[in-house]
Amino acid sequence: MVVDKQSDEVVDRVFQALADATRRDILARAAVDELSVTALAAGYAMSFAAVQKHVAVLVRAGLVTKRRRGREQLVRTDLRQLEKARALLEQYESLWRHRAAGMERLLAEG
Amino acid sequence: MPVISSEIDERTLTLVFTAEFDAPPMRVWQLWADARQLEQWWGPPTWPASFPAHDFTVGGFSPYVMTGPEGETSAAWLRFTHLDEPNALEFDDGFRGEDGEPDDTMPRMHGRVELESLDGGRTRMVTRMRFDSAEEMEQIVGMGMIEGMTGAMGQIDAILTGDAPPRP
Repeated sequence: MVVDKQSDEVVDRVFQALADATRRDILARAAVDELSVTALAAGYAMSFAAVQKHVAVLVRAGLVTKRRRGREQLVRTDLRQLEKARALLEQYESLWRHRAAGMERLLAEG
Repeated sequence: MPVISSEIDERTLTLVFTAEFDAPPMRVWQLWADARQLEQWWGPPTWPASFPAHDFTVGGFSPYVMTGPEGETSAAWLRFTHLDEPNALEFDDGFRGEDGEPDDTMPRMHGRVELESLDGGRTRMVTRMRFDSAEEMEQIVGMGMIEGMTGAMGQIDAILTGDAPPRP
């Protein structure tokens, strides 16, 4: 499998987006319910503009989608990108399953 | 049925892998300490590993080579950063360049293994493997050394079916 450049950049943006606790919290809140940026901002001791910047980082990483309804901007979590990281770890997990099976075989031999 | 659970934390890029073995911790420790035993389980089925040297001391460097189905090779290394026989060990795992030295442009993984003594002379082994970034993780998983073992894994998974707990 060849790792293509495009997907490296996407994965990088996802990881960068997840490195911040506020952004992880926004993801968790917007996963339950579609929330306006105003409603999100009410939960944090920071300015509306700062929250908007966090949301923009999440949008660029593909972790949330934003749509306009009247004056409001509604944010909703889209976890497909995170699922990609999970899928990679699952592949790696199968290597450890194999290793454990090999260890058990050796132990059975005495 | 060695594997009892695995947890994947995609946020911290960590795999937590728990297995139980029917042998005391000191015996399981030997599987890590002895190069001839280590090379029998470390590599994927289609990419067996050989350890021409194995310095199982803190700071010790263990170069290894994996050989693929077409005879291609991939050179890598382990460096042990913590050893507490027979309870815990920590190591870094990376790749080597053509000169045989660690290739700093390639990703590394960090492992911590804990061996816990259970009743009846059994051992629980908890392995935590952490990647530095999602990009590096993708690079390692994408290297093909894992790809080739899907067939063999299918058999193991079949054995485990019904025994493995549901994924969280």
